[in-house]
Amino acid sequence: MDQAEKSKTETINGAHVNGQSGKSGRLDVLKTYKIYIDGKFPRTESGRYYILNDKSGNTLANICQSSRKDFREAVVAARKAQPGWTGKSAYNRSQILYRIAEMLEGRRAQFVDELTKQGSTTAQAENEVSLSVDRLVYYAGWCDKYQQVFSAVNPVESSHFNFSVAEPTGVVSALSPENYGLIGLVSVIAPAVAGGNTIIVLASSEKPLCAVTFGEVINSSDVPGGVVNLLTGYRSELISHFANHMDVNAIVYCDDVQEEISKVKELSAMNVKRAVVYKDDNWMKESSHNGYRIMDLQEIKTTWHPIGQ
Amino acid sequence: MKRTDYLVTDSPAIDQVGVEERISRFSKRSIKKESKMAALKMALSMVDLTTLEAKDTPGKVKQLCTKAMHPHSAYSDIPPVAAVCVYPNLVRVAKEALKGSKVKVAAVATAFPSGMSTRKVKLEETKWAVNEGADEIDMVISRGHFLASEYNFVFDEICAVKEACGQAHLKVILETGELSTLDNVRRASDLAMHAGADFIKTSTGKIQPAATLPVTLVMLEAIRDFYYETGKRIGMKPAGGIATSKLALNYLVVLRETLGNDWLNADMFRFGASALANDLLMQIVKEKEGVYQSIDYFSKD
Repeated sequence: MDQAEKSKTETINGAHVNGQSGKSGRLDVLKTYKIYIDGKFPRTESGRYYILNDKSGNTLANICQSSRKDFREAVVAARKAQPGWTGKSAYNRSQILYRIAEMLEGRRAQFVDELTKQGSTTAQAENEVSLSVDRLVYYAGWCDKYQQVFSAVNPVESSHFNFSVAEPTGVVSALSPENYGLIGLVSVIAPAVAGGNTIIVLASSEKPLCAVTFGEVINSSDVPGGVVNLLTGYRSELISHFANHMDVNAIVYCDDVQEEISKVKELSAMNVKRAVVYKDDNWMKESSHNGYRIMDLQEIKTTWHPIGQ
Repeated sequence: MKRTDYLVTDSPAIDQVGVEERISRFSKRSIKKESKMAALKMALSMVDLTTLEAKDTPGKVKQLCTKAMHPHSAYSDIPPVAAVCVYPNLVRVAKEALKGSKVKVAAVATAFPSGMSTRKVKLEETKWAVNEGADEIDMVISRGHFLASEYNFVFDEICAVKEACGQAHLKVILETGELSTLDNVRRASDLAMHAGADFIKTSTGKIQPAATLPVTLVMLEAIRDFYYETGKRIGMKPAGGIATSKLALNYLVVLRETLGNDWLNADMFRFGASALANDLLMQIVKEKEGVYQSIDYFSKD
């Protein structure tokens, strides 16, 4: 290859990367943002995408526009994974949550990069990642404690030993906060799985990058496939399916849009789903994590056990 | 039929790659909403609701029979299933429970599932099951003899069981999971049909792999060729491992494409299954109500 031909090739290579030629004229290897279902990373079955731009209008990525069928697949996976996840010891669930925190910490730079691309300043992004790690550790700690704290032995008139214990409600669907890329996801996933539930989360449609990357973190943290499922797409399209699926036991709704809240509550009534609404305006605050958020997704079982005099 | 009229070596060889390619194309058909609804109901009406466990009790069989007659009482347009399939000692219980309905009673016989017994015992068992009231007998072939190329032995055995069945329909289980090759499946199908089978059936459900789409296609093609040759219509029953509606619809596509409309009914085609019925019901209700269903709201059988 002579000199002229060689320089031509480099220009062509350079032109592939949005007109920028890489440092060595090498093509960038860009990440394909897919969804996370049953421990795997499929593309949406619908084949639809939307383009995610940064503030200046540059394309960041093509994001999967998940369909109701993707959601259906995710529910099947979550239902299958649920007995196994509930059956793990609280201590083991705690270890796994802590493991997610470790993995997230290790990938800090990548999350900071994605958050800044989606509009945060570096300081904000650093803070959001730190808080997310801390929140995971916080809920890891709760795994083997909420039972003691919230269960009760009840005084009764008859000769019965009467006690109430918390049991996971089952499969949870969640619409995570629209304005938070990472902390929003962590804040809905951690309390649900700490309490032995499995979950399907719809990520923020404007800030979906972290959701896909968080799926990779979960996938490398000993979380069994199907326990956490992450979809990207439009809330307006999926909200009613998240709320009316008969095999979902609870729905978590984040944000404060009255019309959406009414819809969630109305459709949840079909199978008397637990509808949990969080209107937090700032998910970075301490008030956005507490043990009651675990209890929001628990059912109380009371047992009457006959005893002698 | 005399066995001299038929040579097992007449069966054509099967192109396995071709079969798999054809199945892969059948499995990618898109089925539109109205057709889907009709197909789901049709599939339900073809189910042989099966319980073949050593722990089966009269109570469980009665419960299964109720399910067979009234799969889901919330809707009146949901058809009953085709038959209930049980062990011979529970035939009487099933017959009693299904009295007055069109649901048939099928009994597995001939030392099901292995078939490892003497012919005398097998014939006794068959006669006994028919006497108890079985409308259909599901027999197993002697795979050991078949694989040792003792085709005459297998042929004679099927003839004898057919005779013992009397009026009852005979389904012959090939246990394709133990036949190794599609060539063997085709040979066994031809052999069973010539020996007098009313239905040919893939599997007992006790061996993996059970029914698969490629095996079913080969058997359906054997049925088609047998029809061209003799003018007799033989039925088909894939059994074991068909648990989802989607898969059941794929079977119906293969059936329709291979044998046409004449076979699209419960007299000519059955699904041997237990979990499939509830999945079909869930999809039917989903189509009606527009909401994905949960198994929690359907009776366990």
